[in-house]
Amino acid sequence: MDRVPILKIGDVLIVSIQGDLDDQSVLTLQEDLADRVVATGAIGVIIDITAVEIVDSFVGRMLSTIAGMSRMLDAETIVVGMRPAVAITLVELGLSLGGLRTALDLEKGVALLSRHGTQGTSDLSAVGL
Amino acid sequence: MAVQENISRRHVEALLRDNEDGILGRWVQISNEPLRGRAVENDTRKELQEIYHAFLRSMEDPDGASELRGLLSDLSRSRARQGFTPSETAMAVFGLKEAVYEFVETDGGEEALRGFIWLSRTIDGLGLYTFESFTAAREKIITDQTEQLLELSTPVVKLWEGIVAVPLVGTLDSARTQVVMEKLLQTLVDTGSEYAVIDITGVPAVDTQVAQHLLKTVMAARLMGANCVISGIRPQIAHTIVTLGIEFGDIVTKATLADALSYALRQSGVQVAGMRPGRAAVRAEEA
Repeated sequence: MDRVPILKIGDVLIVSIQGDLDDQSVLTLQEDLADRVVATGAIGVIIDITAVEIVDSFVGRMLSTIAGMSRMLDAETIVVGMRPAVAITLVELGLSLGGLRTALDLEKGVALLSRHGTQGTSDLSAVGL
Repeated sequence: MAVQENISRRHVEALLRDNEDGILGRWVQISNEPLRGRAVENDTRKELQEIYHAFLRSMEDPDGASELRGLLSDLSRSRARQGFTPSETAMAVFGLKEAVYEFVETDGGEEALRGFIWLSRTIDGLGLYTFESFTAAREKIITDQTEQLLELSTPVVKLWEGIVAVPLVGTLDSARTQVVMEKLLQTLVDTGSEYAVIDITGVPAVDTQVAQHLLKTVMAARLMGANCVISGIRPQIAHTIVTLGIEFGDIVTKATLADALSYALRQSGVQVAGMRPGRAAVRAEEA
C-alpha cells in the first residue's frame, strides 16, 4: 500500500485512512506523522477511520501510540468516524484506548479541537501572555 | 408365524371396518373424558374420524402412512397451541386401543386377541410420534417467542437533538447486550448524537455479568465519540453494585432518566429555563 497522505489545514493535521492497513504502512504512518507534527507545529491531529472495516490489536495499538507520540509533541489526537463493528471489536479485544479522544465524524472532531484550541489561548491570556 | 400374523391382522382390520361407528364413538368419549369439556365433542369427533380413516387406509396401503402422520402432527400442533398437556394429547391417540379392546373382548376369538397385540404395537408407535410432534410444536412456539422478545426489547429513542436513550427492560444476557450495543451504536452514527443515556429502570437485578455488559456498551460508545450516561439505578441496585465491588470508574451515573437528560442537556450547552408563573398564579398569590 502507498503512504497514507497527511493533510494540513490551519493548525490541524488530518489523516484519512482509506481501506485496511498492513503492518508496514502503519509503521510508516507513525514516523511520517511524528515528522509532520514537528515540522508544522500542529496543535491537533485528526485520524479519520470511517473507511476502516477491519481492525486487529496492532491497529488498535497504533492509534494509542500515535496519540501518545502527538501528546509528547503537544498536539492532541482525535480519532473520528469509528464504525460500530470496529468499536465492538476493540472492546471485545479488551482495548479501551484510554487517553484517546474520539468524535463521531470529522466535523465534530474539528469542533472539539477548536474548542480546546480557544481554551488554550484564553489560558495564556490569563497569565498575561 | 408370518402367515399367522397376517391372518390376525386381517381379522382386526375387518373388526375395525365393521364396527367403525361404535369404536369411533367410544374413542371420542375416552379422549374427551380427561379434558373436562375443554374440547368440543363435535370437533374432536371430526379430527378423530379423519385419523381413523387414514389409519384404515394406511393398513391397506403402506404409502398411506405419511397421510396419517400428517394428520397426527396437525392434531399435536393444534393441541400444543391450545395449551393441552403432552399426556392429554398422547391419551387421545392411546384411547383408540381401549376402544378397540372392548370390541375385541366382545369378539372373544383367539385371532382377535392376537391381532390386538399387533394393533397395540402400531398405536404405540403412533402415540410416540404424536408426542414427538407435540414437543417439536412447543419448542417452535418457544423459539418464536424468544425472537419476538429480542425484537421488542431494544428500542432506541431520541430524547433531544444529539441525545438518544435506550430504556432496557428485562434481564441482560450476552445475546441481548450484543443486540442493544449494535443498535445503539448504529443509531449514534445515523443520528449523529453525542450523548447516549442507558436507562436500567426495567432491569430487575444487576450482577457482575450485567455490569460487565453495560461497561462494554459504554466503552464501545466512547470509542465512537459519544458520551454515555447510565440512569435509572434503584436504591437496592446501587446497594448491590457497591456490595459486589463493581467499579463504574468515570462513567456518569444518575438516579433517574430526568436527571440524565438534564445532565446531557447541560453538557451539550442547552439551557433549560423555568417558566415564569402565569397570571392566574400571580393573582392567586396576591389574593
